[in-house]
Amino acid sequence: MGRGVAITGMGIISAIGNNVQENLRSLTSNKIGISKITQIKTIHEDEIMVGEIEDTNPVLEKKLGIEANQWSRTVLIGSIAAKEALESAEITDINEVSTGFISGTTVGGMDKSEQYFYDYEKNPGIRQHITGLHAGDSTNKIAKYLGLEKGFVTTISTACSSAANAIMLGARMIKSGQLDRVIVGGTDSLSKFTINGFKTLMILSDTYSTPFDDNRKGLNLGEAAAYLVLESDAMVQKKQKKVLGYVKGYGNANDAYHQTASSENGDGAVLAMQKALKVAGLLPESIDYLNAHGTATPNNDLSEGRALLRIFKDGVPEFSSTKSFTGHTLAAAGGVEAVYSVLALQNNLIFPNLNFQTPMKEFDLTPITETKEKPLQTVLSNSFGFGGNCSTLIFSKEA
Amino acid sequence: MSELKQELKEKIIEQLNLEDVAVDEIQDNDLLFGEGLGLDSIDALELIVMLDKDYGIKLADPKEGRKIFESVQTMAAYIEANRSR
Amino acid sequence: MNKNNFIQGYCRIKDNTVLKNEELLFSEDTSTLNEFLKLAYQHFKTDYSKFFKMDRLSKLGFLCADVLLNSLKENNLFQENTAIVLANKSASLDTDRKYQKSIEDADNYFPSPAVFVYTLPNICMGEISIRHKLYSENSFFIFDAFNADYLWEYTNSLLQNKKADSVLCGWVDVDEDSYEAFLYVVSANGNLNHTKEEITRLYFTNE
Repeated sequence: MGRGVAITGMGIISAIGNNVQENLRSLTSNKIGISKITQIKTIHEDEIMVGEIEDTNPVLEKKLGIEANQWSRTVLIGSIAAKEALESAEITDINEVSTGFISGTTVGGMDKSEQYFYDYEKNPGIRQHITGLHAGDSTNKIAKYLGLEKGFVTTISTACSSAANAIMLGARMIKSGQLDRVIVGGTDSLSKFTINGFKTLMILSDTYSTPFDDNRKGLNLGEAAAYLVLESDAMVQKKQKKVLGYVKGYGNANDAYHQTASSENGDGAVLAMQKALKVAGLLPESIDYLNAHGTATPNNDLSEGRALLRIFKDGVPEFSSTKSFTGHTLAAAGGVEAVYSVLALQNNLIFPNLNFQTPMKEFDLTPITETKEKPLQTVLSNSFGFGGNCSTLIFSKEA
Repeated sequence: MSELKQELKEKIIEQLNLEDVAVDEIQDNDLLFGEGLGLDSIDALELIVMLDKDYGIKLADPKEGRKIFESVQTMAAYIEANRSR
Repeated sequence: MNKNNFIQGYCRIKDNTVLKNEELLFSEDTSTLNEFLKLAYQHFKTDYSKFFKMDRLSKLGFLCADVLLNSLKENNLFQENTAIVLANKSASLDTDRKYQKSIEDADNYFPSPAVFVYTLPNICMGEISIRHKLYSENSFFIFDAFNADYLWEYTNSLLQNKKADSVLCGWVDVDEDSYEAFLYVVSANGNLNHTKEEITRLYFTNE
């Protein structure tokens, strides 16, 4: 089957670190990013725990060297992570070759809209945030910050699989020669909107989330931005680029079951994993580590667990949900976990699924609960979204 | 109690947008979920909001809803026993 | 390599009319989109009670897809492995606003889970997938305006790489008083050439 698409750079900002190195350090030292919420005032502050990025907006603005209060937090963190990704790929002139930027988001500029909803009329000084509510606007602003002048820019909005789908689309566009390189991933900041929304769905845990545990109570929301730089073989050769890993396989399928709930046996998840394995030309047994979607909601972990058993039978690979560190970062999750998958490959490490105690009644599946060293060739990462949108990515050390 | 049941039927139709269901088509003991009215998990959450908003009853765990929302009969009985408004 | 694909049919809902392949199927002057969609639903004998639970974006996309896919089914042209590629400008902003209002009011704080569920544009694709049992690939893009070039390229790549046998694609947008759905199905067989020019022509013809 086809060769993988080279990953030459990555960047991330999350509740467990402001860059790739900090995230790796937290992952290997069990430093959890979940806490009480501090940066948003919400009536739910005593009932929920979240994965908040430490820096406040003014700190982020200073780091980016931009004017105060012009951008939503989604754009700020997106710019930080995308900039790190470009730097790590040692790209100095972004317009030198045909370059794309594909970003997933669901929240967009919602944080600013809710902050100023009632003030737009009397305060012209904040009206820059009105257009910021369009999801596409955040992507355009980040592209502009990166200096991307005429490249292909688009926003994907498929809920919690958005970033995974952005990576899939980017890999395809590289393979088909439409782009020489592309920055792919996603960004979502915390907002009252999503906090209240998930609260009304009654799937927020009031304590640390416990993915794949029988007593799981729901998810912790988180915020993050994470991007990969993908480049064509020709670019890698021409510039003698250091390759961090490869996007080897990808698949997307619809669960066709319910607006938000996953089907009982994970039909969409099974199809997505099958498609990704096929594109990668790999058999299930060659997956060395599986970074699960693992949101810690009763519904997801049961459905995903059953899907894993359908694909891998009695050979389910060692797996964990790193959402126990970061919270569920919605549209960014697929990007965050892509970065963690590459870190796993680079360091031959499996990151733990924190807070796990009791295996689920329905099946015999136990995640990895302590950092484990193991030679890794391939990592599979799942991201499933509302609307039944299921995506699987496979990363590999070799093309 | 029969007044409450009538009220609940009207509210269920209104709140859950059951456009093609009439009040007299819902029997007191009809199952609301699954084979009965075919309500789903989101409808259950809407009913939890309704309990709170109209009757001052707060449910913390959606699982509690399963027994309460079995039928209009069970709902009415639970509301009678627990309502604060 | 670059095998030709064809547009099997298209459907457009705009300005209180439903148009399929140049044929005016339904038109009714109403004051609101919801009212129009309800009348259209009844006109097409849609019989799908969950329709009334959807938000306006999903109703619009669902109905447009339903008219189109049902007509393909009647003519035995429908293919099970139909991917969905949709785009719009406003994402789910229409419903986002509605939900936003419900959480802003501290004295009357009862936000609706059924509204929140629809605060993502791709739920519309989920509804179409559930109705027509499509377990296929689907993606939702946000663009400033209808982008024939991009849809054309993405659809061709899905068909060429055998990710799908046909693709339901197009534009579904709702923002306050303006709305528009334009969907078409592309596959290896059909009457209209699948070219950027043809997509653009169909999109603008009935404006």
